Amino acid sequence: MPHVPHLLTYAIAAPLFGAAAIVVLTLLKPLLRLPKEQLEWASRAFALIFSGLSFAFTLLLWASFDGSSTGPQFVDHWVWIRSFNIEYFVGADGLSVAMIILSGLISFIATIASMPWWVHDDDHHPHFSKRMVPGYLALLLLLQGAMLGVFCALDFFLFYVFWELMLLRMYFLIGIWGGPRKEYAAIKFFLYTLAGSVLMLLAVIGLYYGSRPMPGIPLTLVDGTHVPHTFDMLTLAQLGHRGLWDHLAPIAGINFARILWLGLFIGFAIKIPMFPFHTWLPDAHVEAPTPVSVILAGVLLKMGGYGILRVNFDILPEATRHFADAIAVFGTINIVYGAFVCLAQKDLKKLIAYSSVSHMGFVLLGMAAFTPQALSGAMLQMWTHGIVSAMLFLIVGVIYDRAHHREIEGFGGLAARVPEYTALMGLAFFASMGLPGLCGFVSEFMVFYGSFAVYRTLVMISATSVILTAAYYLWTIQRMFLGKLNAKYADLPDVNWRERLTLYPLGALAIVFGFYPQAVLDLFNSSLAQMSHLLRGSF
Amino acid sequence: MLAVGLPHFLVVGALLFAFGAYCVTTRKNAVGILMGVELILNAANVNFVAFGHYAWGGIHGQAFALFVIVLAAAEAAVGLAIILTLYHHFKSIDVTRAERLRD
Amino acid sequence: MPHTVEILWAWLIPAFPALGAFVNAAFGKRLQDRFGKAIVHAIAVGAMLAATAVAWSYFALLLGQPPEDRYLHDLVWHLFAAGSLRVDLAFALDPLSMMMTLIVTNVATLIHIFSIGYMAEEPAYWRFFSYLNLFVFSMLLLVMGSNFVLMFFGWEGVGLCSYLLISFWYTDLDKAKAGMKAFVVNRFGDFAFVIGLFALLWGLGGSWTTTKAGGLGLRDVYEASPLYVPFHDGATAAEAEALTPMRSGVAVGPTVDFRELREEILTPGTGVLQHLKGATIFGFPLIAFVCILFFAGATGKSAQIPLYVWLPDAMAGPTPVSALIHAATMVTAGVYMVARLNFLFALSPAAMTVVAVIGTLTAIFAASIGLFQVDIKKVLAYSTVSQLGYMFMGVGVGAYWAGCYHLLTHAFFKACLFLGSGSVILACHHEQDMRKMGGLKDHTPITRWTYAAACVAISGFPVMSGFFSKDEILWKTFTTQNLSAPWIGPVLWFVGLVAAGGTSFYMWRSYYLTFWSGEYRGASHDDHGAHAVAAAHDDHAAAAHGADDAHGGHAAHGDAHGHGHTPHESPAVMTYVLIVLAAGAFFASFLGLPKAWGFDPVLERFLEPVTGASAAFVHFAEPGKALEFVFMLISVGVATVGWLFAAWLYRSGENPAPALWLARYAGIHRVVFNKYYVDEIYAATVVRAGMVIKDLAYWFDQNVIDRAVNFAAWIVRFVANVDGAIDKYLVDGLVNLVAELTLAFGRGFRKLQTGRLENYLVGALAGALVFVAVNYLIH
Repeated sequence: MPHVPHLLTYAIAAPLFGAAAIVVLTLLKPLLRLPKEQLEWASRAFALIFSGLSFAFTLLLWASFDGSSTGPQFVDHWVWIRSFNIEYFVGADGLSVAMIILSGLISFIATIASMPWWVHDDDHHPHFSKRMVPGYLALLLLLQGAMLGVFCALDFFLFYVFWELMLLRMYFLIGIWGGPRKEYAAIKFFLYTLAGSVLMLLAVIGLYYGSRPMPGIPLTLVDGTHVPHTFDMLTLAQLGHRGLWDHLAPIAGINFARILWLGLFIGFAIKIPMFPFHTWLPDAHVEAPTPVSVILAGVLLKMGGYGILRVNFDILPEATRHFADAIAVFGTINIVYGAFVCLAQKDLKKLIAYSSVSHMGFVLLGMAAFTPQALSGAMLQMWTHGIVSAMLFLIVGVIYDRAHHREIEGFGGLAARVPEYTALMGLAFFASMGLPGLCGFVSEFMVFYGSFAVYRTLVMISATSVILTAAYYLWTIQRMFLGKLNAKYADLPDVNWRERLTLYPLGALAIVFGFYPQAVLDLFNSSLAQMSHLLRGSF
Repeated sequence: MLAVGLPHFLVVGALLFAFGAYCVTTRKNAVGILMGVELILNAANVNFVAFGHYAWGGIHGQAFALFVIVLAAAEAAVGLAIILTLYHHFKSIDVTRAERLRD
Repeated sequence: MPHTVEILWAWLIPAFPALGAFVNAAFGKRLQDRFGKAIVHAIAVGAMLAATAVAWSYFALLLGQPPEDRYLHDLVWHLFAAGSLRVDLAFALDPLSMMMTLIVTNVATLIHIFSIGYMAEEPAYWRFFSYLNLFVFSMLLLVMGSNFVLMFFGWEGVGLCSYLLISFWYTDLDKAKAGMKAFVVNRFGDFAFVIGLFALLWGLGGSWTTTKAGGLGLRDVYEASPLYVPFHDGATAAEAEALTPMRSGVAVGPTVDFRELREEILTPGTGVLQHLKGATIFGFPLIAFVCILFFAGATGKSAQIPLYVWLPDAMAGPTPVSALIHAATMVTAGVYMVARLNFLFALSPAAMTVVAVIGTLTAIFAASIGLFQVDIKKVLAYSTVSQLGYMFMGVGVGAYWAGCYHLLTHAFFKACLFLGSGSVILACHHEQDMRKMGGLKDHTPITRWTYAAACVAISGFPVMSGFFSKDEILWKTFTTQNLSAPWIGPVLWFVGLVAAGGTSFYMWRSYYLTFWSGEYRGASHDDHGAHAVAAAHDDHAAAAHGADDAHGGHAAHGDAHGHGHTPHESPAVMTYVLIVLAAGAFFASFLGLPKAWGFDPVLERFLEPVTGASAAFVHFAEPGKALEFVFMLISVGVATVGWLFAAWLYRSGENPAPALWLARYAGIHRVVFNKYYVDEIYAATVVRAGMVIKDLAYWFDQNVIDRAVNFAAWIVRFVANVDGAIDKYLVDGLVNLVAELTLAFGRGFRKLQTGRLENYLVGALAGALVFVAVNYLIH
């Protein structure tokens, strides 16, 4: 495969450029005397083209990525703000490449799902895809660019900038295009994640001022200038591997590294979301429009897991060892508690939101075990959950567009009326409950396998989710689809082509990665094996 | 023998200035005010020449006095022009009637 | 290490049904609408025939190998690998999986053909055949998979298909619930199974202790042992292989591959066997722990105590499904698994005892419930549970081949019975209550004779295969020396014998109630009853129509009703299948004619490469042929008693005894008829606990966590309000004050502004004078 220079920068820039194009077009609207309709369709075309372009770049990345190397690839590196030693530094390595591809894919799917083709709406329930279209699409594209930026950034400051950008766009997307309680949800989302960001920012600054050159690890900018401190994540990680942070002066009597670790971890754990920081998720999901939910579940939650791997694990390994047991315990709580709460849900979207809580628990459990199988399993779980949860939220969107409510009990016997929809929902549900042959199984298996050696009891507790997950999904299917058809929905239309365009690719991927997960595992196995080695080093 | 010295000139200057100032502040007729201004300027001239002669020597005092005379001529021209305009506006040269500056 | 034959096309066996399932799922509806139902079943049956043909050809290849080399291996691709874990998508055909593959493909093909007739009026015909194909695909993965993971693929896949097919008529909520129950109950078993698997793999990796200082003390630390190979840093499969240590020519370490596991344990000198025997987990011996958990998984899939409750409800599915999934194939998966892992189970007498005891208890327990059922399918369902108990008895006492033999014969005669019941049900217009049947022997002769033949087989008369397999199990149970205590075997034998008598009774009871006992009662009912049946039938049809576009189905029903209410024999596609299965139940006898008769059981020889793995660990007493003959006579005697008793009670249909006894022992009958209230007990304990916990968890989420969050938000808002008040009244107040003062001054001073030049001049002069005066004074 040819090595495309600046591939990642292109991938990040394409959606940003698209957003800029939409904004410019909107500004020129009075000048060009563009009718509103034309402006909207032009915005949609821009969104599809640039989002697709970005997705294509990430696919190119997949094709040309060398999975056996653990260093960053496709690096773009130059000085950005010299006076603070901040650089523009992007690259893809084993930790991030899968997430980059995933966010390219999910963003593109979400863009398609934002099109108003074959939309079912009426005057009482205007479809979100017809409200303030250019603004919505511009924000969606900006969000996509920021997400890619978070995964690509290797400079901590750049990482933080993208992180904040993404939060802000999410806030607007939920707050403006959301459901009835959108303001509440948006503010809750914002406060929660902002609280995390503040902790993270403090920790970032702490890391920056704590960093100093060590023998063999000079701190330099890309042009060779020697600097006293650095934001370069890879260099910070090298310093961490050498134990720099553990020797720094304690803060208020507590180990410096552990304080930083906690700040960073809480920031990321809110994103995952980890019990007890998870309650923003159901509200945000319930109010967010479908494509935003898709991105939220498909990509945003992964940022938490990715951040923990990239920052907590790689930069602060000693503190990570100290806190590993706690991560595992919280992961287990996530899994089991989330599953039980799912059983109690009456709102379909809330149920799926809580199932995300449960499934992201596997990521925490797997990471805490440090074994290569568990780490790879955790990463694969993020990948498969990205695909499956995106599909699930799209599926909820289908029924919400038609029925304008999501009460599980409010349906009944739909299988007789919408068989194709039922089949797709069944596929997504079974993939999510980890049925072998669908993608959820492999990652859960690997997490359990890898963690059992370390946390036998916790794995046994977590494995009860095998039963609980089946119970809540099948119960949902039964209540919504089986039995006598609810007469209210006697003429409910089945899935349309826009929905097919989004659901079938994801469904196919769920099956493909159920039988050939190695395609993804090859991307990050080496890097995670190396990380496992690093983390288990002191044993 | 009473020698005429600097103080005498200064007293004359001060009297001229006082008359001028009195004239300016009390006259309502614009031309009268202009004449008061001339008195003030000439008071300054007396002072310039006197100080030039007694205190510094040389011709600086006389030169400044000449400048002031020229300036006074120009000022009289401009002042009369303003008075003419004033007259056009108010059909009078009584300055108390031109109190729009207040607003 | 024995020779392995690498083959290339074994994947075709599951691939054909998978393709059939896909085509029918994706295009079946359109094909059916355009070309009629024939195309749908042509695809499904064609796929089955192709798979069967491939299976037979590999059977021939297998037989062509010397017995110790009978292991065909087909690696398709690497499923996934990480660290030292390597999982292949690979198929293995050794004698055991070959036997299972042949059972699955052949019986499934027959049942597919039967379904052409049975489901002829079903509008969602394509969906049915798609599910059926998908089931066969999953089942083949289960039996052909070369490793635990692939077996688990199949294991869960058949569970899924079972769910789909039980709730096939989903518009009936009860049937939908039965499907869900089956799946969820099975998941309890799966939970145990995966834990067992992880424990086994963990045990192979070394030993761990929980002594690390710091943290919460949960982290386990690896203690170096000679078997240390738990986690490699090798990223690719090749690297992992390179890192795997070899001992005595065998790679040791965690492996999911059955063959590798077996070599690792059985090859002397690897030290794995000694290590495993010494290992403990949570204080239990590791092997017993693992095997009991595996068996717990099997109790779910194979409907044993305590997880059997789903199987009777599963009869909600179409009858061919009951025959295929809930009698012949899927429910035997647990037996297959135990037989497959015989080298592991044989290492632990405790686990063996658990398997045998649970099997025996299930056999008698289910048989006792079967005695009083009136729904013909329920009788067969409990009979299946009971027969599965026998199989577990067999594999539990160490007679692995006998368990497998019973699995084989049971597949034939139970499929025959179920399909026979299907034929009866169709004849009686979807009536399943035996009290409303009777006298069918003249209306449905072929069904009657095949049903009778299968009854002979299951009740254990030495003319049909059921006798040979069951008797072998009972004999081995009596003579076994592999259980925890020597007296357990004979006790189990006696319980099994009683259950055999019960089996004979309830099977012949069902036979006589259905085919004898006077005239056909469905028609002799007044119009009221008949209408109820017909109405139910129509309901069902309407419901099914709801599921799909109505087309042609009603017309077919109209024709069916045109026959009136007399029972009718089923079409040829169904009766021929019955005949073939009955014949199979007879000819299967020749695979296991007993040694006591001077034969060398063919199947025992055939399976030896598999079951021989545990030969060194299992032992049986040899009390002599005479005793074995006596035991056979006892068995036949018990079966005869059961048969004659049933004949006396039900053959004429006029014996008042059953009704009399029913009245007298109403209490006992109620308890047994209601399955000892096990379902109710589960509902009151497990299900209820789950429901309570879920409500608690959600309450906690809403009222504790979210309230805490909202409280935090409230505090923030409160502080903000205070802040706002300060801003509004204090800070802003000051600013406004300044502004007010300025204005006031302005108002005061504007009076000075007269607009008169002289005033200004006076002011200017006065000011100048003041300055001069001040200047003067200061100096």
